[in-house]
Amino acid sequence: MVSRPHGGRLVRRTVSDNTRERIVGEQHEYPAVTIDRGTAIDLENIAHGVYSPLDGFLTGEDYESVLDHMRLSDDTPWTIPVLLDADEPGFVEGDAILLFHAGTPVARMHVEDIYRYDKRHLALKVFGTDDPEHPGVMKVHSMNDYLVGGEIELLNEIPNEFGRYTLRPVETRVLFRERGWDTVVAFQTRNVPHTGHEYVQKAALTFVDGLFINPVLGKKKPGDYRDEVIIKAYEVLFEHYYPKDAATLATVRYEMRYAGPREAIHHAIMRKNFGCTHFIVGRDHAGVGDYYGPYDAWKIFDEFPDLGITPMFIREAFYCRKCAGMVNAKICPHGGEHHEKISGTRLRRMITGGIQPPEHLMRPEVFEVISSFEKPFVE
Amino acid sequence: MSDEKRKYTTVSIPVQLYEKIKQRIEGTGFTSVSDYVTYVLREVLASLEEEEKEEVFSKEEEEKVKERLRALGYLD
Repeated sequence: MVSRPHGGRLVRRTVSDNTRERIVGEQHEYPAVTIDRGTAIDLENIAHGVYSPLDGFLTGEDYESVLDHMRLSDDTPWTIPVLLDADEPGFVEGDAILLFHAGTPVARMHVEDIYRYDKRHLALKVFGTDDPEHPGVMKVHSMNDYLVGGEIELLNEIPNEFGRYTLRPVETRVLFRERGWDTVVAFQTRNVPHTGHEYVQKAALTFVDGLFINPVLGKKKPGDYRDEVIIKAYEVLFEHYYPKDAATLATVRYEMRYAGPREAIHHAIMRKNFGCTHFIVGRDHAGVGDYYGPYDAWKIFDEFPDLGITPMFIREAFYCRKCAGMVNAKICPHGGEHHEKISGTRLRRMITGGIQPPEHLMRPEVFEVISSFEKPFVE
Repeated sequence: MSDEKRKYTTVSIPVQLYEKIKQRIEGTGFTSVSDYVTYVLREVLASLEEEEKEEVFSKEEEEKVKERLRALGYLD
């Protein structure tokens, strides 16, 4: 049986076509708030149950509870505050407002709470630092001075060029059940696959019924692989190297916070809502720079006996020339002189220079796909 | 919600059990018997909840979902 949704119920905050038409037709009667893409993506994730049990943006009580205790005010584990910020609002608690993104009304919100907050306190609690160089802290400092909490109803999706691979929790749950998968392990990625990824995924799959590869599509920085490259690379890897009845691929739109350990828990909760029973937690998962220790994202799981999804801590893979295969530090007895670590930067450099990485680091089919793109990287 | 603002209540347990737990948590990450008891109770409640039945979609909705999954090639 797939995982129960987090908090016990799968949230769905979408509206019928008639209701949408009516609300959009009356849009000038509502106070309007413009939201950025990241907030719009959060909104979609709330509406489709990816963030169950949230049915809206956090109220003050939940916000403080998440910051101080990493739990919602009803004691449900929750580590990343999902927030709607606004400048001095022209509305009051009890009002309904419309949220606009890129000129389109994307949601109606029932305002339960309007509150002020301390940005430095938020940054320190969530990111463990108030260093303005940290991308998450930077984002916090760019936010407006008020937070608005309350339930939302999704009116319009933001345009999605990867609809073919976009599955909602309600769909993945049916899919896993139809495939007869009682246990499913999720792997989150923002990269094209190399043999280290493949090793970790297949090691995890050995112990469960199904593998759910779940690339995160969203804001990218220069030098990152473009979303379509990641998807095409996985398509070809699936075609040639993965068992069709035991692995599947679907994307999720999500804006990384780079909150390290706290975000690792959040990523696990998202996959629990998709129906997964296990989640692969990487070394320095959701980290950036050197703000977090390499295994902090593993340790934090000890604090949540009631998370409802099992973390899988699989050590970083590397190639051992003596073993003649991908291994990790736990299973390989040989010294470092025999090891070849997989460096994403090195692979990117090779690809940029048109050099095919050795087969033990990257499947030739994957390299071929990447090379077929004129510009595989974000500029 | 600071610790002062967080709501707590009191539960009675036998003194012998309290002493046993106190001994057990020495040298662990738990700083108090209350912390340990909270941890264990959360674990127990979560495992009971896991056994509860998964929510059921309506037949109609499930069929619609399957149709989309078939159209996308996820199901045969």
